[in-house]
Amino acid sequence: MQARLIVSLAAALALWGLAAPLPAAAFTAYVSNEKGNSVSVIDTETMAVTKTVPVGARPRGIVLDRDGDRLFVCAGDDNRVEILDTKTLEVTGTLPSGPDPELLVLGPDGRTLYVANENDNMVTAIDIDTKKIIGEIPVGVEPEGMTLSPDGKVLVNTSETTNMAHLIDTATRKIVANILVDARPRAAQHLPDGSKLWVTAEVGGTVSVIDTATNTVEDKIGFSVPGLAAEAIQPVGLRFTADGKRAFVALGPANRVAVIDTATKRIEKYLLVGQRVWQLAFTPDGKYLYTTNGVSNDVSVIDVARLKVVKSIPVGFFPWGIAIAPR
Amino acid sequence: MTGWFPTMWLQGFCVAGFLAAATASVAETLQIDTALIRAQRSRETVSILDRPAEDDAIAGARLAALDNNTTGRFIDQAFTIEDHLLAPGEDAASIVAALAARKIFLVLVDLPAAGLVGLADAARKAGVTLFNIGAPDDELREEQCRADVVHVAPSRAMFADALAQYLVWKQWKRWFLIKGSHEADEKLAEAYRRAARKFGAKIVEERTYEDLGGGRRSDSGSVQTQRLVPTLTQNAPAYDVLLAADESEVFANYLPFRTYDARPVAGSAGLEPKSWDGSHEQWGAVQLQNRFFALVRRPMSERDYNAWVALRMIGEAATRTRSNDPKTIVAYMKAPDFSVAAFKGQKLTLRPWNLQLRQPILLGDGRMIVSVSPQEGFLHQTSALDTLGLDRPETRCKLD
Repeated sequence: MQARLIVSLAAALALWGLAAPLPAAAFTAYVSNEKGNSVSVIDTETMAVTKTVPVGARPRGIVLDRDGDRLFVCAGDDNRVEILDTKTLEVTGTLPSGPDPELLVLGPDGRTLYVANENDNMVTAIDIDTKKIIGEIPVGVEPEGMTLSPDGKVLVNTSETTNMAHLIDTATRKIVANILVDARPRAAQHLPDGSKLWVTAEVGGTVSVIDTATNTVEDKIGFSVPGLAAEAIQPVGLRFTADGKRAFVALGPANRVAVIDTATKRIEKYLLVGQRVWQLAFTPDGKYLYTTNGVSNDVSVIDVARLKVVKSIPVGFFPWGIAIAPR
Repeated sequence: MTGWFPTMWLQGFCVAGFLAAATASVAETLQIDTALIRAQRSRETVSILDRPAEDDAIAGARLAALDNNTTGRFIDQAFTIEDHLLAPGEDAASIVAALAARKIFLVLVDLPAAGLVGLADAARKAGVTLFNIGAPDDELREEQCRADVVHVAPSRAMFADALAQYLVWKQWKRWFLIKGSHEADEKLAEAYRRAARKFGAKIVEERTYEDLGGGRRSDSGSVQTQRLVPTLTQNAPAYDVLLAADESEVFANYLPFRTYDARPVAGSAGLEPKSWDGSHEQWGAVQLQNRFFALVRRPMSERDYNAWVALRMIGEAATRTRSNDPKTIVAYMKAPDFSVAAFKGQKLTLRPWNLQLRQPILLGDGRMIVSVSPQEGFLHQTSALDTLGLDRPETRCKLD
């Protein structure tokens, strides 16, 4: 009975959605400002910054815990990860991270944080409860992108100067495969069904599509924007829609986000956003995609259904990382 | 008891398996050995801050070898770099021959143009490919170009064009050029004259600073130069920027703040075009700067950077081809798809017509990077990087 009520309510909402865009739901987006040494807090309903929280030096990668209570912030130049309480918006503690933490991902146990140490050719595993380093995994030069396979079994790290995706078994914390991709790989993401791993290469200008059954590159996606020099197209941030049908790829100084049909790997559209678009995050309902724009000091909001940029939100200096909490 | 036996068996198996794997990997490790031949650069610089370090250039190559080896351990490749600092009068050609005899066929060279030319025939005979990381002479890339010399260092024309684009963008189009009295200074001055014609600037006055010899520095230096430079620069027609062509490092650093008219200085002092600078941070460059500083506790020089790039090019080609065969490595490098990432915001590639590495040029004041060329708006049908230096239609190079 209750279930049916919800279904019909959803149907009604969907119908209403056809008539007019849904009002944005109230989530909280966090944006790290690399040169502002701060985190901007955005209310996604009003699409405005509600608070700017000072954090450690050179904040880049940020990630939320499972409940959205804590935001972990890589403070690269302070060589630590800071813990931001999302209720009080205060830094309540730090985690030892090894030198120059840049990007991070929460492990399948919800308790192990894996951090890429850009200066140290290392991925560091940290227990967020005991606040202790519990493992180090040597990887290539300038480790950067971090992601986890949907089943939680494989941790992926990309190394910018080695030009590889390193696949790490989360159970043994050992490398199981090293896959060569194009120059300066920045971000890696699995399709929601885990069948493919996509890796962006900033300087190479491509996205490598890796078959996770064989761990080989089976395809490469290139980009071309009329009137733009090929060198200006630099794929960085990457996200898939929850159904895995579409990919969004931030193209850096091309100031555009490419929309890709994952089945055909055809580029459907280039969305003009702010300058030097960097990282991407969906609102938890999947309706909006937020982009950090490093040079124009703002965040663009993309309406995912309409493939339109609907808002630009000024934030701090050199916005870099983004995470959105379900609340 | 039931649990014990299988565990033992398993352990034994694992040890055997590990040994087998280790033996196999030792057998398969590809060794890529390289060398650097260099001459100590003059320590007679106008500013003592510019004195080259004793490990200038080789330190950059060593860092690249470390970086290559970090990658190499995942694919069983090991890189080495050997340092040959020439003693005065020592014959570089015999070193090349000796290296080739030891199967070292990829050699970085930081020598003046004459030294490089003197080496080239011996290198060809020995099957060695040279990587020029120090000589900016355009002739080496033009009339004297060779199929077995790769130019990692930018040319004078590239430097001059990079600076000219910025000055033109600033609308500082009237240049007062002062050149030194040495041959290299005249060549640099000619590169500026060419850049002025190419980008629509005008050299309104040209003067020569005669090098009368003697030391660059003295305890009373500032007192004298404060009086000399205004005389040297007065009575010039109206100009926007004073351009110094002083590759020999005799006078340019005396110019800023001492000119007769209040004008900025660029070229060999003031705003300088460089392949690298210790202050460059953009595009992840701070990572390379940090790694370099951690290794040798000093900022990375242009030669260090050029050497790093050269060895990274070798590393990139070896990694992609999974080969340690120098012919395969060089052939891969010359193919159209080759590129290397080197912290300049875009991929660096080789010009196929003369084997010059295309690259953005930094414009720095010694403290900060002011801008990076090519500048926005200078367009090119194939690559904006080809707006810097001599382009394909004007090249006189015939590779052989």
